[in-house]
Amino acid sequence: MPTTDTRFLEPDSRTMSATYGATLIDLIQRNSKVVDVESDLGRAILGPEILKTLKTDYPRQMVDCGIQEANMIGVAAGLSAVGRIPFTHTFAAFASRRIADQVFVSGCYSRANIRVVGTDPGVTAAFNGGTHMPFEDIGIFRSFPGMTILDPSDNTMLAWLLEEVANNPGMYYIRLFRKTPFRIYEAGTRFKLGRAVRLREGSAVTIIAEGVMVAEALRAAARLTEEGIAARVLDMFTIKPLDAEAVIQAARETGALVTAENHSRLGGLGSAVAEVLATGVYAPLEMVGVRDRFGEVGPMDFLMKRFGLTADDIAAAAKRAIARKGHESAAPKQAARV
Amino acid sequence: MLKNGQLLELREFARQIRIHTIRQFAQRGFGHVGGSMSIVELLAVLYTLDMNIDPERPQWEERDWLICSKGHAGPALYAALALKGFSPMDWLETLNQPDTNLPSHCDRLRTPGIDMTTGSLGQGLSLAVGVALGLRQEGRANRVHCIIGDGESQEGQIWEACLTAAHQRLGNLLLFVDSNKEQLDGRVAEVNAMESYVEKLHAFHWNVLEADGHDPAVIHEAILKTRGCTDRPSAIVLHTVKGHGCSFAVGKPNHHITVSRDQAIEALAALGVTL
Repeated sequence: MPTTDTRFLEPDSRTMSATYGATLIDLIQRNSKVVDVESDLGRAILGPEILKTLKTDYPRQMVDCGIQEANMIGVAAGLSAVGRIPFTHTFAAFASRRIADQVFVSGCYSRANIRVVGTDPGVTAAFNGGTHMPFEDIGIFRSFPGMTILDPSDNTMLAWLLEEVANNPGMYYIRLFRKTPFRIYEAGTRFKLGRAVRLREGSAVTIIAEGVMVAEALRAAARLTEEGIAARVLDMFTIKPLDAEAVIQAARETGALVTAENHSRLGGLGSAVAEVLATGVYAPLEMVGVRDRFGEVGPMDFLMKRFGLTADDIAAAAKRAIARKGHESAAPKQAARV
Repeated sequence: MLKNGQLLELREFARQIRIHTIRQFAQRGFGHVGGSMSIVELLAVLYTLDMNIDPERPQWEERDWLICSKGHAGPALYAALALKGFSPMDWLETLNQPDTNLPSHCDRLRTPGIDMTTGSLGQGLSLAVGVALGLRQEGRANRVHCIIGDGESQEGQIWEACLTAAHQRLGNLLLFVDSNKEQLDGRVAEVNAMESYVEKLHAFHWNVLEADGHDPAVIHEAILKTRGCTDRPSAIVLHTVKGHGCSFAVGKPNHHITVSRDQAIEALAALGVTL
């Protein structure tokens, strides 16, 4: 069972990059069909040791296309057509906006089976700056039929999820924060694809978060508790297909929602939740996310503040959502700016 | 060398492909005529002599693969596949109709014998590289064929795939460049000149041949020559005429055109049949 105790909110001892590399090589060792398809980011994403082991010991299970993201996806689609199980990885900005048509036609439309791992999503691109900082990747892929979109929040979840996508054919987009995450789950925790995890119980408001924002949401919830506000927290690691049931249940039982995403408010988790509310049960919704802006260069904590993605921003949004409860139109005083 | 009668057989198969492709366009009144006509002889050779296929088992594991990266030439492939028995002949009356199994661009999920889905130009050669690589990784001897257009090769992804195919020494991959010299906006040489394919592919360390793309015997001989080369990918640059063998298409813009009943009747008459 997932923990609901915030004492686990301390940095893990391992980076998510290390977990990805170790899990991928483990999958490759156990299943001769699993193939790593590179576009010259193996050293950065898997680490030099694992890249070397793959090249030396598993030459039939790795191919490096060099700096060719478009070709990488086509090669992966071809590999999957003959029963191989390809994993591709590159920066999320390239995996989504640069090669959207290859992922769409050679991938989704053709019913290929590719795991597209996009690293450094949103503000986690930090010192690579605006060119490498995708606030739009989820928005792009949400409109691709059949695409499953995942944004894991910690190492335990990531390791489980990689095993899961290796064993189930389909098109997957997996956001990967490369650095050290906070520890959210106890080792060995099992999850269910498409099912949100209720990390914390509360009746006043529900915070729905993904990826690196889950830790911020838990921190916000702890702060709200000090003020006597009990917030439910959902880890919505599967952004598509969205766990609409959990959203509706949260709206019914807590009456106010906040989404927290490391992404633009346009097309991401906030939009997805709003779509559910608009066709189902009404509850005031406040979105924490990037307001139609380009990324910038800087340390991650600076960028979290710059784009309004901190625990404080989430706690403030929660109070706004609660204040809107029960009002006739439940509309904010001013129309929300994206 | 072709045996007695084989050349006649190939020419007749090419004529039949052409007839049934024109009839498909006539049914709908429009279509990608030019680029379908220019690969007819190649299809006749591949489906008759140079691919290991079984129409009864389109997904047969031992089959050779054909990926038509210029996916808009689908109608020519549909004619060849139906004539070979992969699908019923009456499917050819359904091109681009709602719920058809024969959409304008090749779709592996809909049409038996279509190995990969194509249509967004430039992507098919990467697919072919992936298939060839995957087959080699699996220790299988199947061969992989890919057809690209000359205009299509303006797409950068084609050259990404060319680099990777050579670096991976994909001796099981054979590329055909349908050099029909035309693209939608005009002559390839005038839009954004690509020649010489031979020099470019040589520079990419491919084994490269050239052939008359409308002579089945010459195409077949070129294919046989490439089979000896197993340590790198091979390419055959086929010199063709866009719209070849279709009277109303030759000599004018013909990438995607309307086809009137009278035009179809005239073109089919030249091929010895009625509409």
